[in-house]
Amino acid sequence: MQYIETILPSLLAGVLVTLKVFVLTIIGALPLGILAGLGLKSEFKIIRWLLNGYVWLMRGTPLLLQLIFVFYGLPLINITFDRLDAALFAFILNYAAYFAEIFRGGFQAIPIGQYEAAKVLRLTPWQTQRKIILPQVIKNVIPPVGNEVINLIKDSSLVYVIGIGDLLRAGNIDAARDVTLVPYILVGVIYLLLTAVTTIGLRRLEKYYNYYR
Amino acid sequence: MIELKNIKKSFNGRPILDDINLTINDGEILAIVGPSGAGKTTLLRALAGLGDIDSGEILLDGKPFDPRSSDLKNNVIGVVFQDYNLFPNLTVWENVTLAPKMVLKMTKTALENEIKPILTHLKLAGKEGLYPFELSGGMKQRVAIARALAMKPSVLAYDEPTSALDPSMRTEVSNLLLDLKKDGVTQIVVTHDIELADKIADKIFRVNAIS
Ligand SMILES: Nc1ncnc2c1ncn2[C@@H]1O[C@H](COP(=O)(O)OP(=O)(O)O)[C@@H](O)[C@H]1O
Ligand SMILES: [Mg+2]
Repeated sequence: MQYIETILPSLLAGVLVTLKVFVLTIIGALPLGILAGLGLKSEFKIIRWLLNGYVWLMRGTPLLLQLIFVFYGLPLINITFDRLDAALFAFILNYAAYFAEIFRGGFQAIPIGQYEAAKVLRLTPWQTQRKIILPQVIKNVIPPVGNEVINLIKDSSLVYVIGIGDLLRAGNIDAARDVTLVPYILVGVIYLLLTAVTTIGLRRLEKYYNYYR
Repeated sequence: MIELKNIKKSFNGRPILDDINLTINDGEILAIVGPSGAGKTTLLRALAGLGDIDSGEILLDGKPFDPRSSDLKNNVIGVVFQDYNLFPNLTVWENVTLAPKMVLKMTKTALENEIKPILTHLKLAGKEGLYPFELSGGMKQRVAIARALAMKPSVLAYDEPTSALDPSMRTEVSNLLLDLKKDGVTQIVVTHDIELADKIADKIFRVNAIS
């Protein structure tokens, strides 16, 4: 118990870094994903083609590779990021691709009649999106987006490889120094707590959106 | 008054509307009848600006009018869709007031003064806070009518107003349309229900299937 108390501060500092990667990725990837999702059903073939390529690339290669590519690879052609920026760059691009696919499906599921009703009421395309389409899309995509959000909590530990002091790294340092399993177990427990809290939050959100069907 | 002159429309080289000419006077109910696939919905969509025509002209009070033009503010043609297309994420009140608020820029007081009476008239008073999924088919239809009327259209057009309802509701629908006619609402009713057309229409226009 005493031991746990001594390593807790370093683990909590690690949690903060993990949360930072998590929150900033969500903030960046969600709007980007919505835009890309809209773009995937654009009437312009080039836009669709480019975005499909982007999604294919991001989903078809390991996030770990993307992370290493950005932080260790790009400097070879004189593009350097600091560690956190590199992590956010890779994570946001990667997660936006998953979100884009989800939102594309979400937009596709809205019946054309919704657009037509809005059109004869003379609502502008932007008003239609904001008041009618997006709220329905968001309701529909909460479960799949939620799955990705949970994945992101765990994926954030990949930043370990580019030397960011996240939760996993904090635990690993303690375990190596003190030659004990306890920090690993504690790290696991903290991840479980984070995913549990997020799951509960997502359930609430889903319930909130149940006010209509 | 709305006049359609020499309206033609084909899909993939197959003529659907072949030289349609018709006039609807203010305050009338015009029924457009014809077998399924004859092009009734196509005609209504052209009038509502949801589909284009290959040739022909639409006149509103004698002046050419393009239902697809985006600078039209009030919706000249209000549409009650076959399955209503209510916005499921909005309450009855929000469904009906969204466009008046955002497009016509009506103030809150104006909305209260002008929209409430429409709802009351359509027996929707007290239902303002309900969502579409909580409404019966007949109520959904009346919300769709209220939503269209709230934009003060010159004409209210229905696509198959009885098809999504229980047959026992037919009398109610015809009474409702006749009631609106008394208020001076000009109406176009697209239907394959000849009996309904006979009962309510001042004028019946037949669209024939072209083979
Ligand atoms: N967007 C479209 N593309 C191709 N064919 C269409 C389209 N819309 C309607 N049609 C065809 O036009 C014909 C008339 O359709 P419609 O106007 O819906 O008939 P009605 O409402 O009288 O039953 C049908 O044969 C239908 O398949
Ligand atoms: Mg039809």
